Amino acid sequence: MELLGLYHYWVFAILLMIGFYAVIAKLNLVKKLIGLSLFQSAVFLLYITMGKVELGTAPIFSDSGSGIFSNPLPQVLILTAIVVGISTTALGLGIVVRIKEEYGSIEEDEIQEIDRR
Amino acid sequence: MIVMFGIFLLTLLVITAVAIVRAENLFVAVMLMGIASLLIAANFFILDAADVALTEAAVGAGISTVLFLSALALTSERERAKSPNKVLSFLVVGAAALVLIYATFDKPRFGDPQAPVQTHVAPWYLEKTPEYIDIPNVVTAVLGSFRGYDTLGEVFVVFTAGIGVLFLLGRGRPSERSEVINENEGLRHHLIPRVVGRVLIPFILLFGLYVQFHGEYGPGGGFQAGALIAAAIILFALIEGEQRALRVLPHRLLLGLMSAGPLLYGAVGIAGIVLGGNFLDYSPLASNPIKGQQLGILIIEAGVGITVTGVLLSVFHAFAARGR
Repeated sequence: MELLGLYHYWVFAILLMIGFYAVIAKLNLVKKLIGLSLFQSAVFLLYITMGKVELGTAPIFSDSGSGIFSNPLPQVLILTAIVVGISTTALGLGIVVRIKEEYGSIEEDEIQEIDRR
Repeated sequence: MIVMFGIFLLTLLVITAVAIVRAENLFVAVMLMGIASLLIAANFFILDAADVALTEAAVGAGISTVLFLSALALTSERERAKSPNKVLSFLVVGAAALVLIYATFDKPRFGDPQAPVQTHVAPWYLEKTPEYIDIPNVVTAVLGSFRGYDTLGEVFVVFTAGIGVLFLLGRGRPSERSEVINENEGLRHHLIPRVVGRVLIPFILLFGLYVQFHGEYGPGGGFQAGALIAAAIILFALIEGEQRALRVLPHRLLLGLMSAGPLLYGAVGIAGIVLGGNFLDYSPLASNPIKGQQLGILIIEAGVGITVTGVLLSVFHAFAARGR
């Protein structure tokens, strides 16, 4: 259990940084958005990991259960954040599509090159 | 057993994430994102977050993939393979990862019932839900009632993002929209997807409605149901062609749904004031406060579901119309 907990946090850190790497190192705008989604997923994972209680079950009352429940609050926050996340990603993709139409490219360096002219 | 399974899932997740970033073909990257979402959803389930797992599976593995693919169809599928500051970025990211991992050793033990996060407001929610609201699913109770303001805000963010996409991409030129249905649109000429789709779509819709209206008793609620219903209709649009989907749910109706949800949610809040309570206080809505709370949650969850369905479908059609 101890190991699994630490492992969850390490995966959170690594996943967060993989996403961040895609955002800062890649020039392709869609790839940047994919990186941002990974980054976001890592944060979701951290929240849900923190809400877990040992021997607990999902916070839904039932007759047969241990009576120990995991924390419902992080779950509520992340549940709404996932849907908000897809909406904002869609907005980002919309902007990328418009950039492609105006500049003919979705590579950051090419767009900056065109802007400088 | 669970420990091993968790470690297995998380390791697969990291491998998938590395593959996503390394993939030069963006189509591959998007497909791998779907797998990553499914792995995360399975992991949420292990961590007792059934509601979140349902949402992640419907949104991450379903709708997100479709949106990324429609964006790829409008841009380009290949990434040019050069990152000028690869070494520098790698150093920055590596250093930050080490700091983050160092910080994890100070975190409370995994699953510790005495951790600060478990002893703050969460016990109050668990203790008071039966007394004030009397529904089994505490997540729905917190989402709909105790933290109704948050959820109202989130619904407005979803609504705003939908409006933003429509402003950016429009919804196709009017002349294009009224065209006659092209028989070869979508996957109509492929027999297997059509037959499978025809069997699956009614059940996905039914499941969506179940998740919507059973959210008080089991995992579910407006956010999940909205995503599921939108996924079913997007599947219909992919198989039968976008024009046919627009005949079933025209743009005007989708716009109506988009704005009806937040309005319904806000109206419930104001009804609370009119009937003598506070904004978003559902207790005065019925003769007894518990019944009022349950009624309020049912209505606002419907509002959430309507908004999410409307926004996701409008966004999908906006991308699809741009491609024609």
